[in-house]
Amino acid sequence: MNPWAEDFPILNQKMNGKRLVYLDNAATSQRPLPVIRAVDEFYRTQNANPHRGLYELSVKATQRYEDARSAVRKFIGAGEDCEVIFTRNASESLNLVAYSYGMAFLREGDEIALPVSEHHSNLVPWQMVAKAKGAKLVYLYPDRDGRLTDEEIDAKITKRTKLVAVAHVSNVLGSVYPVRKIADRAHAAGAVVVADCAQSVPHRRVNVQELGADFMAFSGHKMMAPMGIGVLYGRKELLEKMPPFLRGGEMIEYVHEQDSTFAPLPQKFEAGTQNVGGAVGLEAAIRYLEGVGYDRIQKTENELLNYTLDGLAEIPHVVVYGGTRNRENRGGVISFNVEGVHPHDVASILDADGIAVRAGHHCAQPLMDYLCVNSTCRASFYFYNTKEDADAFLESLRKVRGWLGLGA
Amino acid sequence: MELNEIYTQILTEHNNSRRNKHPIENPTISLKGVNPSCGDEITLQLRVRAGVIEDAGFTGVGCAISQASASIMIDLIKGKTTKEALRLANLFFGMIKGEIKDEGRLEELDEAVALKDISHMPARVKCAVLGWHTLENAIEGKKE
Repeated sequence: MNPWAEDFPILNQKMNGKRLVYLDNAATSQRPLPVIRAVDEFYRTQNANPHRGLYELSVKATQRYEDARSAVRKFIGAGEDCEVIFTRNASESLNLVAYSYGMAFLREGDEIALPVSEHHSNLVPWQMVAKAKGAKLVYLYPDRDGRLTDEEIDAKITKRTKLVAVAHVSNVLGSVYPVRKIADRAHAAGAVVVADCAQSVPHRRVNVQELGADFMAFSGHKMMAPMGIGVLYGRKELLEKMPPFLRGGEMIEYVHEQDSTFAPLPQKFEAGTQNVGGAVGLEAAIRYLEGVGYDRIQKTENELLNYTLDGLAEIPHVVVYGGTRNRENRGGVISFNVEGVHPHDVASILDADGIAVRAGHHCAQPLMDYLCVNSTCRASFYFYNTKEDADAFLESLRKVRGWLGLGA
Repeated sequence: MELNEIYTQILTEHNNSRRNKHPIENPTISLKGVNPSCGDEITLQLRVRAGVIEDAGFTGVGCAISQASASIMIDLIKGKTTKEALRLANLFFGMIKGEIKDEGRLEELDEAVALKDISHMPARVKCAVLGWHTLENAIEGKKE
């Protein structure tokens, strides 16, 4: 029996007549009742436009919003609340850095270094900056085990590098990249570091001081918060010298006909009415996550990863991408293909057994090109997955080739 | 959704067959069709003389549904006029969208009727129509 079943009602339903086996957690997680209830409670009893009203309800809403910010600050080990900017998601956080920092401070001939495995959200914005500024994108290529070697890091991050964009955990390979080592190298070269932690924060403790990145982005929805709330952490001295990203209400100090001055951090980067309900949900998700505990999350996911990788190795015609040897320091993400069967057919066949996996390029087309594949399937775990889920997945996968008239 | 209604013998045979999946000689039209969201990509080649599709073939990569659908389409349109081929394509679109259910009307789609149940799989509709949309664009002279 799944010990988390009561908290996640969505997992207790049937899909195509079978028990739902949700293995698309790298795309989005499910939400537990305490998070759903916290959002419900906010809208029932505390909703008003924050920072604006002079009446008690608005003061309450403001308090809830700022309490959420403090909770995030503690959660990620940031120095001050004003270093925590609320956004819609990691993509918006990364775009904020690209549009604001990148467009203001990168110059012609500068280099932006990034692994080829980056999610499009930490790649396409840098393409824009590079094109607009005449800067150059320099890619780091992972080795066969999905790792970035010291030689690769040293070769690609040089004195020409002005910015390094890197995921903490790859959403396709599951690799955990050595952000600290990269940041030390980048800082020695005079570059700033932008870490995409969308795939790490839900699964492992991320402390921004230890991580060493200047900017860090993550999404609430991958860690049980509602969709539409995300976070950008930035070092205060950098955020202060950056121009605003979006302009409008709430982010100004004085507005004249021809000119404006802007509010101090963090409001400078939070134009318009913010997603207070989402922030309240994120705070509840942090509480829930810390209740479960990262030790337990890591232990469960690593057991599932080991068990599933061992199971996959027993199934003929299954190819796994990314490292399968160093399993201790690896995210619970498994990208794979079934030889002779397109990933979309694999996903449809698994779906008929109630199993939800992802199929496609996972917003990482340059990586697909590097791996010489068109697309892959991906199963990704969270702590509420069970060995029964892994068994159902492996059993269904054994039948895939048969459906397409191919030998097992 | 029942898998045996989708992954039928007709579909798997066409998917595993190379009969229509190859470049043709002296094509008069060659057009690429892409589903950007899933990365499926085919190139359809036609040799059209005096309004008649003398030969057709396709190359590319994609799921079983997109590949089988393109192969079945080629069996159906070879020897037909381009006008007739367009009419069949529209009949196919009607079937996949679930708008045309009448079996009598669908009869002339022949083996393509095996893809009828894709209308119950919204996520796979774009796979089934990739080859047919490419055909439509090729005949109407649209670029990729």
